[in-house]
Amino acid sequence: MKSYLGPLNRDNPILTQTLGVCSALAVTAQLKPAVVMALSVTVVCAISNLIISLIRNTIPPRVRIIVQLLVVSTLVIMVDQVLQATFYDVSKMLSVFVGLIITNCIIMGRLEGFALSHTPGASLVDGLMNGLGYGLVLVVVAIFRELLGSGTLWNHQLIPSSFYESGYLNNGLMILPPMALILVGGLVWIQQGTRKSSEK
Amino acid sequence: MKELFDIFVRSVFIDNMVFAYFLGMCSYLVISKEVKTAFGLGLAVCFVLAITVPLNYLIDKYLLQEGALSWLSSRMADVDLSYLTLIIFIAVIAGTVQLLEMVIERYTPGLYLSLGIFLPLIAVNCAILGGSLFMQERHFPTVIHSFSYALGSGIGWLLAIVAFAAIRERLKYADIPKPLEGKGIAYIITGLLGIGFMAFLGI
Repeated sequence: MKSYLGPLNRDNPILTQTLGVCSALAVTAQLKPAVVMALSVTVVCAISNLIISLIRNTIPPRVRIIVQLLVVSTLVIMVDQVLQATFYDVSKMLSVFVGLIITNCIIMGRLEGFALSHTPGASLVDGLMNGLGYGLVLVVVAIFRELLGSGTLWNHQLIPSSFYESGYLNNGLMILPPMALILVGGLVWIQQGTRKSSEK
Repeated sequence: MKELFDIFVRSVFIDNMVFAYFLGMCSYLVISKEVKTAFGLGLAVCFVLAITVPLNYLIDKYLLQEGALSWLSSRMADVDLSYLTLIIFIAVIAGTVQLLEMVIERYTPGLYLSLGIFLPLIAVNCAILGGSLFMQERHFPTVIHSFSYALGSGIGWLLAIVAFAAIRERLKYADIPKPLEGKGIAYIITGLLGIGFMAFLGI
């Protein structure tokens, strides 16, 4: 049980395994797209892990990358169509990053490293947990960036307008893309730091 | 001509793949411990981008877009295949990379030794697919524009990873807090470099 929960903190795909950073950071300027992105990745990761695990004994090793890419891109196309039909505004905001789930290293990494050698049930849980671990980082970064950068959360004004009247200013730097990287760097710092102390 | 140059400069500096869109971050963070390997990977990315983006541009324009098939016959004029974009693009990229690997291995063994190990990695590099998807979103008028864009993004990526690797080589001698070593500081440096690159916004 413990190993399944690993991806949430100890083996977090972004913080420890350095996977899936690519598309993760660009969508975290606001909470809403971050949550949608996290959910999409979780769904794709879990289902593709399950499918690849089901057919793992029939895939010839030489062409496995292509097979994996085809399975993942089919799933991503479905997610993309669903998003366009239900959350059109968010889907516009995410633009190419939905498509980039295909090349998200978390998914390829889990398929290569886990689904090819484990049973379907375990793979499904593993995919789910890795997706959630990824989502967790996304959501934390997005909360900081949206709250400090535009004073809102999920598009609701949180910082009262009296603050602004007395001279409070939004931190415009938070909206800019580089800040996401610095925040993730800080998260890595906190995570590594706490882990060291708990292992001592 | 001026237009092409504009696209090129814009994609190198302002819309830099790494600093503005975080594309190709995974390999960027992992393969930047030495300037030499970083340069090899950067070249390979440049190369593959410059080939696949124009190729995907042609496919998108003449096969996938709404009404793109009208050159076949007038009955096909209202066929819209754009939902196939993702799967076709990734297939083209994976295929091209495989092909390139074989061609390079056969004709230029020297280049193969320096680029070869990176090529399979590139099939799943987000910068490559990202390049094609941004190309589709920007609706370039001709294939030459898309080529200029691809070359610019590739060189931008190369520039970013080489600069980063050079900083990282120096970092060995720096005194960094223990938990921040390695990945943590890598993220923060990339962020700072990104802020530096924002200075180009005014151009």
